[in-house]
Amino acid sequence: MQPGYPILSTIIALPLIGALMIVLMKRSQGAVIRWTALLVSLATFLLSMPLYSYFDKTTPDMQFTETHAWVPSWGVNYALGVDGISVLFVLLATLLSILCVTVSWNSITEKTKEFYAALLLIEASMVGVFGSLDLFLFYIFWEAMLIPMFILIGVWGGANRVYAAIKFFLYTLVGSVLMLVGIMVLYIHTGKSFDIVTMMTTTYPLHLQFMLFWAFFAAFAVKVPMWPLHTWLPDAHTEAPTAGSVILAGILIKMGAYGFLRFSLPLFPEATKAMAPAMMVLSVIAILYGGIICLAQTDVKRLIAYSSVSHMGFVTLGIFALNTQGIQGGIVQMINHGIVTGALFLCVGIIYERTHTRLIADYGGAATVLPVFASFFMVLTLASIGLPGTNGFIGEFLIILGGFSASKTMGALAALGVIIGAAYMLWLYQRVFFLDVSPKVRGLRDMDFREFLTVAPLIVLVLWIGVYPASLLRFTDASTQRIVERLNTAGHRQTAQQTSEAAK
Amino acid sequence: MDQYTLLPLLPLAAFILNILFGRGIFKDKAHWIAIPAVAGSFVLAMAAFIGVLDGRVVNRDVYTWIVSGNFRVTVGFLIDQLTAIMLIVVTSVSLLVHIYAIGYMHKDKGYYRFFAYLSLFTFSMLMLVMSNNLLQLYFGWEAVGLCSYFLIGFWYEKKSASDAGKKAFIVNRFGDFGFGLGVIMIFLALGSLQYAEIFANVQSLQGRTISLFGYPVELVTVIALLLFCGAVGKSAQLPLHVWLPDAMEGPTPVSALIHAATMVTAGVFMVARFNPLFSMSETAMNTVALTGAITSLFAATIALVQNDIKRIIAYSTISQLGYMFLACGVGAYGAGVFHLFTHAYFKALLFLGAGSVMHAMSGGLDIRSMGGLKKYLPVTYWTFLIASLSIAGVPGLAGFFSKDEILWLAYNAGPVGKIAWMTGTIVAALTAFYSFRLIFLAFHGTFRGTHEQEHHLHESPRAMTVPLVSLAIGAVAAGWIGMPAVLGGSNWIGHFFEPVAGHPPVTATHGEEWMVMGISVASGAAGMLLSWVLYVRNPALPAWLAGRMKGIHTVLLNKYYVDELYDFLIIRPITWAAKNVLSATTDNKIIEGIVNGVPRGIRTIGERLRKLQTGYVQHYGIGMAIGLVVIMALALIAAGK
Repeated sequence: MQPGYPILSTIIALPLIGALMIVLMKRSQGAVIRWTALLVSLATFLLSMPLYSYFDKTTPDMQFTETHAWVPSWGVNYALGVDGISVLFVLLATLLSILCVTVSWNSITEKTKEFYAALLLIEASMVGVFGSLDLFLFYIFWEAMLIPMFILIGVWGGANRVYAAIKFFLYTLVGSVLMLVGIMVLYIHTGKSFDIVTMMTTTYPLHLQFMLFWAFFAAFAVKVPMWPLHTWLPDAHTEAPTAGSVILAGILIKMGAYGFLRFSLPLFPEATKAMAPAMMVLSVIAILYGGIICLAQTDVKRLIAYSSVSHMGFVTLGIFALNTQGIQGGIVQMINHGIVTGALFLCVGIIYERTHTRLIADYGGAATVLPVFASFFMVLTLASIGLPGTNGFIGEFLIILGGFSASKTMGALAALGVIIGAAYMLWLYQRVFFLDVSPKVRGLRDMDFREFLTVAPLIVLVLWIGVYPASLLRFTDASTQRIVERLNTAGHRQTAQQTSEAAK
Repeated sequence: MDQYTLLPLLPLAAFILNILFGRGIFKDKAHWIAIPAVAGSFVLAMAAFIGVLDGRVVNRDVYTWIVSGNFRVTVGFLIDQLTAIMLIVVTSVSLLVHIYAIGYMHKDKGYYRFFAYLSLFTFSMLMLVMSNNLLQLYFGWEAVGLCSYFLIGFWYEKKSASDAGKKAFIVNRFGDFGFGLGVIMIFLALGSLQYAEIFANVQSLQGRTISLFGYPVELVTVIALLLFCGAVGKSAQLPLHVWLPDAMEGPTPVSALIHAATMVTAGVFMVARFNPLFSMSETAMNTVALTGAITSLFAATIALVQNDIKRIIAYSTISQLGYMFLACGVGAYGAGVFHLFTHAYFKALLFLGAGSVMHAMSGGLDIRSMGGLKKYLPVTYWTFLIASLSIAGVPGLAGFFSKDEILWLAYNAGPVGKIAWMTGTIVAALTAFYSFRLIFLAFHGTFRGTHEQEHHLHESPRAMTVPLVSLAIGAVAAGWIGMPAVLGGSNWIGHFFEPVAGHPPVTATHGEEWMVMGISVASGAAGMLLSWVLYVRNPALPAWLAGRMKGIHTVLLNKYYVDELYDFLIIRPITWAAKNVLSATTDNKIIEGIVNGVPRGIRTIGERLRKLQTGYVQHYGIGMAIGLVVIMALALIAAGK
């Protein structure tokens, strides 16, 4: 029941080929470059659609798998596949990539060639990260994404872009290096294999689990980012060009939480269970800290960046609640946050092109001047504060439900974040869209057709998922169940193994 | 699609049409979309009501909304006695307010937007009252709050209006924080959020406790009180009442529909809906009763001295909502909802009347600059008078019956009930006083405004007076369905609600019932008389009294300084901490200090990297390749071990 082409390889290869084509083009052919990027990203998205329609929601196993020996002497395989944890991220990545192209259409005028090539490289590596079933391959994609992203921020970013780019790079690199050590240790203990599926059914000794948990934690927590490792995010977001912010918010920071789900929980279940309370505390701090600090922001992008810290706190809280609702809520919240915050950054980019200011104080009265834009931003604001009927509610509610059943205190404190979220987002909306029309806003034109088409798909998703979340949740059912079962049986397995070892 | 699904979907369809095409196509004809839709809902609501009268209580799911593991919740409808009455209230008042708005919002540049929001509100409110589960109720709950936010801040250019909308939303979120936790605890305790399953299993909560700060507390009490938090926010009870007076920044039809008749009563509806749960906890019941009683007294005292016509009515609403909670708290849920029903008509009428006055006064709100409006606005005057007589509890009018029922059942309900009854009786006197103070100052005497204003005074157009007259009929007759036995009636409404809300035991005698009724009528009469003495007979007296009791007067005039207190205790500390502690210190000094400071070399590395940053992809490509080589080398070394 699957189409006759290797989907995952295709949607990794296509953007790579596109990037190569663009590199070979003449610098002066700006229009051709843009159209190539658009068509390639559109084609990639369309070719990724079978992942949605042919996905078997009843099995927790990997699907659309492809395995080829790559470096047999090291046991490295080119192995791809997706399950309920990863499939939605692949789709989100291919969707957002199109929008990143269209939103940059007029705003990127310098080094167009390099820009779109980098964008497509990022797309390929994003799909690669979520589609890898070989740890070595995973690591390559994980690191490969870093470089074009670093370039995106450092070259096309704002005034302080170099500082932000380097900070981003070093922060994530330090985390990745620790993970690399962890990967090597895992490799040795899995019988010289990088096979992720094998690892997911292997039971590692307890002391090793703890060590590996922290090694991977370093990489994932930086990416998420968990408090207090979050300070690269506001700078990176603020300085990145619109497309960069969208990818950062939409996909890149999800890689960290995805890592927890793909590796930490199933590979190190006992260590995870032991560490979960601490992780939940860090998550709740992120929720409240990230939310309250939004109240002090004067820069639109910085505010949305800090709100991401708060929202990702919900995600990690859900994941480390270690129950079905928490984990499913976490996955759905990640997708939703990708949609909503991605769209918010698109919107900020759209208005920044007109005003060239990110300062909230420069705005005011935008609802009078740009009514369509204001309506879109309102829907996104509501989704961001988790209003029922939007997608934001589904994830947040399931997470608080899961968090509360794991720890009443943590669940209740997280729910406080919902009040703070309303406060900073409505305050932002008021200062930008309500009140008197500010000089910078006066006379601006509303969204044009291209901009409308860039944001509208995400608005539709916000409402669709809010009203009919089963369309998303069903994808994650089986795989979530498997993780929860593995966590629940982890303790027994460990003791059984120890007794059998002792018997020897 | 059946009739029940269609009932909320009609206004939703009207919303979608108006929000998408209102600006471009419908413009000042937007009401042609909205009104037929709400009229259709009204007809369907009547049909549903008649169905319930015939014994057709409906409980059906439309589709499964959220499933996650053992958590499952649907979108579905429960149409029983309680819902049927709410459907009548919501659709009838909504329809009249829609019609009124044709006149009131005429020539407003946001005309289509106004009708779009009204439709969205009607949809949300219907989803709330028709829900067959707690999470859909929560959806409706938040959605009506959203519409309230949109409509309070309808004139968003005005800072006071957009501030008020934001305040309403955020204050309500404080209540919803508790409400949401209550929802979650119900699911964790009973395994479902569907009403039918909750109420079938609610008795299993008996005797279960939960540890709170190390003390065992009754689980059912915790859940009931958490749910009540939501009601306190939505229905503007102490201490979360602060948003409702500010909500008067919205257009007046909104105040009538949302902030008097329907949305603010959602809290009462919810408590009545969950009466099997509330009734299991004496602590929760007493909390509800006392919160209601204290709020009704508190708000009524503030209303005594306010000068803004809409704010007087707003405080009156808070006070009357307190009355309804007082009823629920003594177990008289049916009486509480009965008062909700009658209040919807006379209070909506008061607001729409106030709107008519504002229309004539070119937006003027201060009753000190009104006076003598009776002769310019006869329809408004007479309907306003009927509403005031009704709220003052004059026998025969709607307000009398529902208020009397509440006081009588409170009187029967033990010591807390007696306190509630006494408070309620005092409030009845205060209510009559401030209502007639408003009548005398605004409509009697001579006009005190400017000449220009006087020149413009006129009765409102037909679109506005027809709803006034229709509501006046409700303000008179809505109470007759609850005519008590001692007056020769059958208390039809009380029996109607019995399957849902039960009926509290009545132990006192007929003689006592006459006494309770007599005292409440007498206190209402006393309030009206005192108001006549102060504002008609001896107009110099109020100023003299205010001078003599300067302290109390100032406190009341400033609404007990609750807003100032919240500003000082919550808003300032949090914004200060956000700026000076989290942003300036923790993030920018401590964390950044460690991040930037420990590897001192970062900056120098940065400088070098800056030189590398040449903008040519080839260079980056080389960098990438080198990086990969390093990684692979590391991998090899590690693998070789």
